[in-house]
Amino acid sequence: MADKKSDVVTSAGSAVSRPDRLQNPGFEPEHKRVHDESPERARGAERGISLLFALSGILSASAFALNFIFPIVPGDLMSTRYNNMFVGLAIAAGLLCLGVGAVHWAKALMHGHELVEERHGTRGGDATRARAVEIFQEANKESGWTRRRLLRNSLIGAFVALPIPAVALFRDLAPAGTPEEKLSHTIWEKGVRLTRDPNGVPIKASDVTIGSAFHVMPENLLEVEEGFLDEKAKAAVLLMRLPLDALNETEDRKSWSYDGIVAYSKICTHVGCPVALYEQQTHNLLCPCHQSQFDVSNQCAVIFGPAARPLPQLPITVDSEGYLVAQSDFLEPVGPSYWERER
Amino acid sequence: MSVATQKKSSTPASTGAGMKFVGGAANYIDERTSISGAVKFLGRKIFPDHWSFMLGEISLYSFVVILLSGTFLTFFYDPSMVEVHYDGSYVPLKGIHMSAAYSSTLNITFDIRGGLLMRQVHHWAALLFVAAIGLHMLRVFFTGAFRKPREINWVIGFVLFILAMAEGFTGYSLPDDLLSGNGLRIIDGMIKAIPGIGTWISYLLFGGEFPGNDVIPRLYVLHIMLLPALVIALIAIHMVLLIINKHTQFAGPGRTNDNVVGSPILPVFAAKAGGFFFLVFGVIMLIASLFTINPIWNYGPYDPSPVSAGTQPDWYIGFADGMLRLMPPGLEFVVNGYTWSLNLLIPIVVLMLFIVIVMIYPFIEAWVTGDKREHHIAERPRNQPTRTAIGAAGVTFYAVLWAGAASDLVATHFRTTIEGVILTLQILLIVGPIAAFWMAKKIALALQRKDRELVLHGYESSRIVRLPGGEYREIHTPLDEFEQWKLVSFDEYAPEQLRPNARGKITIGARMRSSVSRFYFEDRIAPVTTKELESQKH
Repeated sequence: MADKKSDVVTSAGSAVSRPDRLQNPGFEPEHKRVHDESPERARGAERGISLLFALSGILSASAFALNFIFPIVPGDLMSTRYNNMFVGLAIAAGLLCLGVGAVHWAKALMHGHELVEERHGTRGGDATRARAVEIFQEANKESGWTRRRLLRNSLIGAFVALPIPAVALFRDLAPAGTPEEKLSHTIWEKGVRLTRDPNGVPIKASDVTIGSAFHVMPENLLEVEEGFLDEKAKAAVLLMRLPLDALNETEDRKSWSYDGIVAYSKICTHVGCPVALYEQQTHNLLCPCHQSQFDVSNQCAVIFGPAARPLPQLPITVDSEGYLVAQSDFLEPVGPSYWERER
Repeated sequence: MSVATQKKSSTPASTGAGMKFVGGAANYIDERTSISGAVKFLGRKIFPDHWSFMLGEISLYSFVVILLSGTFLTFFYDPSMVEVHYDGSYVPLKGIHMSAAYSSTLNITFDIRGGLLMRQVHHWAALLFVAAIGLHMLRVFFTGAFRKPREINWVIGFVLFILAMAEGFTGYSLPDDLLSGNGLRIIDGMIKAIPGIGTWISYLLFGGEFPGNDVIPRLYVLHIMLLPALVIALIAIHMVLLIINKHTQFAGPGRTNDNVVGSPILPVFAAKAGGFFFLVFGVIMLIASLFTINPIWNYGPYDPSPVSAGTQPDWYIGFADGMLRLMPPGLEFVVNGYTWSLNLLIPIVVLMLFIVIVMIYPFIEAWVTGDKREHHIAERPRNQPTRTAIGAAGVTFYAVLWAGAASDLVATHFRTTIEGVILTLQILLIVGPIAAFWMAKKIALALQRKDRELVLHGYESSRIVRLPGGEYREIHTPLDEFEQWKLVSFDEYAPEQLRPNARGKITIGARMRSSVSRFYFEDRIAPVTTKELESQKH
């Protein structure tokens, strides 16, 4: 092991070195602990620690017993709570006794002197480093890594191409089609009734009193077999009735509401949380996730928060039986913005 | 070889059947594994002692607790989105449609012995895991323990912090309760904002246009296989580098940059650390048996339509959520038909920048100081005022974002408006870090001055003496040389002078370095020198 680490002079950068700096005074004289000086105290500590270890064993065993004293009774929630609490407390106490005992043993009774170990620079010794370089050189010579450049470059090229199949292999992580197609349509269509979420009861225009708000899903949602959650996530709607004089509608959207009843996508245009909180006095909708606020009387324009676009409106009317129905699908994609959204 | 023979020759010295058996067993194993080398290398390795060095230990031990409790949970959890009718013990949800994932989580909670306990241990340990890593990183940062040769280990630790958050987030989603689904949607919304590829990434990642039926089994594989494997591998490398670099120590009498002073692994450190594992485990168990965490039975199964007010992510995701909340409205533009959602892109970019700066900080500081030496003495935060101030600014920035995630709860608890809270936090996000930087620097410099004062003049002894001339003076008790050393032993840097290089030119890099160096080291307090001390005595 004559592998010397050379004292490479490393730059100290902008560090200041003062010749008259104070010098390290060396180690302080040892302070004796109580337990070093009094064998009696040491014996006391030993007894205490043994007691803690014994107690730990008893507590662990008692956790087993407590399972039977406080069993989980099906249907009884309190029994679950008691089981959780008492078994947990017994285990915790057992662990803590063990931990306190071990740490106390180390601190009070084990040899207390600090020991010193020398540090050597992290870099390998000179001979080791030279040998490492030599090994690489030999390997290079024997393989022709730098000499046979064509060989090496074609190998690198092959490695670069290696992950290409993954692009195809991972395609089926999502269903066929493009996300744009899927995002730009919901299952709302002409004539689909607005029904209550979650029981699916159709809503009559006359049920919707001024100031009320309904959580709505399309009637045909219950027929969806495949991708129920995806479809519900896109089709969720909030239905509100405002006094006619409180409702400001642009000309082209006047026909989208029915007698002050308006339907808006419930999916926030920010990151897609359900905008579930309706303040009927101010006609504001509030998203509980990031506090974007939308003004229902102004076509759900954003009045506060990080959202950038109004909630999309679902054009509605009533059918011959007086039930609210959709005039069509949403005319723009619902939910958060995405790159191809306006294409 | 020499070790083995040494061992063999020493065996006869110990007597008794028990020792004979132990010796025999050790010999048996060593002849097959050469393990005596590892014992020789590691057994008496020295670990220095300081309370702040335990933060990393807490992270490690809480991770072990996570592995143990998590393994228990996998025996009963069913990562499936198959729709079932719930038929367990929890009456309010009986007969309700839900995923097998949610139903099995309810069964773990209410029907499996110790299931609720293990769930709560797992969740509390996870919260502690991320918190302990965060505090450990702050300790390393503020004491400069990331300096050469530990820069790479800092980066590994940083990656572990990110992985821990990823573990937390994937785990948070697995019960498939109402809140977890919403968390996924927020991530989905953020991914969709990425220009060009965001829509496709989200589509492939979540298996559909919204987080739908495929996502639970996918997250499960990430949560129990891929991410833990990475975490374990990186912890292993982190530990190996810790052993190679040896632990840092604070300055003290006898302690130098070339030694380590402390307790050997066997027996003292092993007993302390082993005991400490049980203390950490015990405290987690205590919290888990007394305090409910994530009562998923109150939330109901995931449904994309409802959500309740006052929803909160787990604490470590808060800073990202807060950043989303603090964006002003109207930051979205359509250019050539393509949508730029700056209200999401700015948070993504700012958060990325923030964490990248944290990751590369050791290299930035090394570039500024130009110091290529190894550093094994942990610094007191006051002795590097600018670094401490930068840390304080970063902590403030993080804290304001974090408060942002609770903006609605702050508003309701303090009966103020949500708009007012958001505006205040928006202002604080800009002003807060600057103020924190300024204050921390002033405080650090003031503490350094106090140290100088102590070394030069000693403690005020409260003893007033009247001198023969009638003058009253308080006697100052000088520090002993050991106490003095703790206060004067620190690295000092001067601002880099701008000088032309060998070719007589001043490069842009040199100009930049010199100005950053001035920013770092312009205000500085020099340690007391022997000359000053001498002149004080006369």
